[in-house]
Amino acid sequence: MISVQHQDFNQGDEYHALTQDANSEGAVVTFVGLVRDINQGNTVKELTLEHYPGMTEKSLKTIVQQAKQRWSLGKVRVIHRIGRLKLSDQIVFVGVTSRHREAAFSACQFIMDYLKNQAPFWKKETTSDGEAWVDFNEKDQLAIQRWQE
Amino acid sequence: MKDKSMSNILFFGQLKERLGCANTQLELQYPSSVAQVKLLLQQRGELWQQLLADGRVLSAINQTMATDDTEINSGDEIAFFPPVTGG
Repeated sequence: MISVQHQDFNQGDEYHALTQDANSEGAVVTFVGLVRDINQGNTVKELTLEHYPGMTEKSLKTIVQQAKQRWSLGKVRVIHRIGRLKLSDQIVFVGVTSRHREAAFSACQFIMDYLKNQAPFWKKETTSDGEAWVDFNEKDQLAIQRWQE
Repeated sequence: MKDKSMSNILFFGQLKERLGCANTQLELQYPSSVAQVKLLLQQRGELWQQLLADGRVLSAINQTMATDDTEINSGDEIAFFPPVTGG
């Protein structure tokens, strides 16, 4: 299931939903991304997340489908927040279940790597110097190369 | 005769902010392409020229990532935006 939403999420609730009736799944891997204080050398006070309604959901769905084709997975949950976020607020949740841990670890990382490169979200930071759009990080582009070899 | 009509083009993120508009209309002859739309938009002035000639600008046709040679037909949803920074 995929959600793009303003409201916060509760990791405990998401974990509970992922593990409910999952008798054959022996592994759950979850990832949560937070708003951090220093980014690209700036002191961040606040973050605004813009997205492309419609394409965002479509793009996340494609990424999840690709992960499911690559590994044998149970449930997959992706939540991405939009709008104004404060320091240390939760931004993104990815949760994956599978029979064994290798698939769950890899699929969770794969989904995050592709989300960072392909899902149409844009961050604008509010720092002590004013507002600035976050620059694309080359490191994120390199991260998906490991899945293309 | 070639099909000719107005297409709606969407902008997001810093590109939207710097152009000062979230969407615009453009008359296109179909089939068109992403490269052709970019060139037509660049004729709107120095700012448009500078921003849309930037090789980092991404495009999407019908909400799927596109490249310069992606074909555009009547009724397609066209969008331009900077590299994505979510997650």
